[in-house]
Amino acid sequence: MLKKKVNLLWLVALAIALFVPNIITNPAYRQIAVITLIFTACATSWNMFSGYSGYVALGSAAFYGTGAYTMALLSLHLHVHAGGDMFWLVPVGGLAAMLMAIPIGLIALRVRRHTFVVITIAIFFVFQLAAINFGFTGGTGGLTLPYIPWMIQSYHVPFYYVALTMLVFAIALSASVRRSRFGLQLLAIRDDEDRALGLGVKVFPVKLTGFAMSAFTIGMGGALYAMMQGQIYPQFVFDPIFDISIALMAFFGGFGTLLGPILGGLVLESSQQYLTVTYSNGSLYLILFGVLFLLVVLFMPQGIVVFIRDWWAKRQDRLAAANEAVGAQGGNS
Amino acid sequence: MNSSALIHAVIDGVLTGSVYALMATGLTLIFGVMDIINVAQGIFVILGAYLSYALSVHWGIDPFVGLVITIPTLFLVGIVVERAFIGRLKGPEKTAMSILVTYAISLVIEGSLNMIFSVNYVQISASYVNKTFRIFGVYFAYIYVYGFIMAAILLVALYVMLYRTRFGASIRASLADQTAAALVGIDVKRVSTICFGIGIAVTAAGGMVFGATNAFNASTSYDLISRLLVIIVLGGMGSLGGALLAGILMVTLEDIVGVVWSPVWSIIAFYIVLVIVLSIRPQGLFGKQSARVA
Repeated sequence: MLKKKVNLLWLVALAIALFVPNIITNPAYRQIAVITLIFTACATSWNMFSGYSGYVALGSAAFYGTGAYTMALLSLHLHVHAGGDMFWLVPVGGLAAMLMAIPIGLIALRVRRHTFVVITIAIFFVFQLAAINFGFTGGTGGLTLPYIPWMIQSYHVPFYYVALTMLVFAIALSASVRRSRFGLQLLAIRDDEDRALGLGVKVFPVKLTGFAMSAFTIGMGGALYAMMQGQIYPQFVFDPIFDISIALMAFFGGFGTLLGPILGGLVLESSQQYLTVTYSNGSLYLILFGVLFLLVVLFMPQGIVVFIRDWWAKRQDRLAAANEAVGAQGGNS
Repeated sequence: MNSSALIHAVIDGVLTGSVYALMATGLTLIFGVMDIINVAQGIFVILGAYLSYALSVHWGIDPFVGLVITIPTLFLVGIVVERAFIGRLKGPEKTAMSILVTYAISLVIEGSLNMIFSVNYVQISASYVNKTFRIFGVYFAYIYVYGFIMAAILLVALYVMLYRTRFGASIRASLADQTAAALVGIDVKRVSTICFGIGIAVTAAGGMVFGATNAFNASTSYDLISRLLVIIVLGGMGSLGGALLAGILMVTLEDIVGVVWSPVWSIIAFYIVLVIVLSIRPQGLFGKQSARVA
């Protein structure tokens, strides 16, 4: 019964999402919608590894950037027809990021959590510096992608639907991992890695697979972003703020939950984009964002989803207790 | 490339490295005692630099003399931040949460600094910042030497405090085992608060030298924090000696690579060394082998 209700909610959400481009017609806001979907998909995918396994990766922009550069370089060198055909390069960008994740994981996953965080940050900076300094990446000037001759009014609509597909894919993947034996193994690692090892979980391959899987969607996100913007710069696609943003989204909504990163991504990224578009004062935004985040972490350390779930459970308990009390009274009188 | 350039790079590296070692010691002390990864360390360094800058620009106070004001100020800031935010963290995800909380704190400070000082790069100036002297046929700026002397004095003071005083003993006990320390009657919470204060206070000194030798703005903190994190991971997280050695080694290496190849590759060398060391010794140079992670 409850399950049916939940499935119905997902369908309603999807139906609403499908109509968003009809409701929002301003290209600037449509762009916000696309970027929000991309970030939400990335946060969902990040959470699928980091949230389930407890290994907080703060270098995911390395995959995002890899996807973006794959899209840019392939579309330039393969002479892909500028237009819808370029969407086929989005999954290729994801695959490139996944391939990149394997050697990174081989190094970074050898260490335990705390050090893992720092190594992922370090590896991210290697990628950023490489993108700035190598010749084929165009250096700080970045790369300009083939110009897509679509009308400005409806330019973002195809991107919107591709981004939505990507998000649905990320959610479906995350949900099925969560229910699978593989997902249980990741959760076991999060709870107690040594015990999981002792119980026969092949810890290292499980972590590496999860890490590479999560890189796939993040790479696709970067590729789609690059295609939409038409121009990429190393400091924007390899951006330390990206690393922390998607982690914030997951923690904001609920670390390790399916719904958390979706909620966090939709709320945080859209508000961030909206604020940057509306107020050009980035400093004020930084302060607001920081304060908001501090409040959430301190008062709802489990994230909003778990906070609401607990609150709801408590309320149900209270109601049940009250009913019981009323029932008992009724019985007495 | 000639040998005098190489000598210059090595000496420069050791002098600058000692300042990084000081800042990294604060970071590793905080991690060791509290299991907190303080990613706000970078912005605290910049905050210290801006404080010294403001004192010298508005009141004409020499940056080294100004440390008398900036070090206690940042110590207090550290105490307040620990009491208000960091000390509230608990539970199994404490370390991961600490990254996010300190990151949020650093965003707030970054935004405030941008508003107060604008995003234009500034540099602390004093009569000795650009003055040089000659040794072995190589020119050195006085500021590097003064910075080295200051870092050395503070590091020695820190070590004396840690290894020769009763309070230092309780810090080291908390570093080794928090539960056991609490059991023998050490007020671990108080030790943590003061450690956080000390860890932040050293950034005032480090930031002053950093601000005198580099042009900076608030977003310079990203570059700083990534280097400091690499240093403490390389040295072994929570190891004070490791942070000291790794700080000097890494900055020296960076300078040498900058001279031998090109400055472009020097920072990449920094990260590549980290990756190589960790693939051989995952716990870092002096890190304790972590037996279990709870």
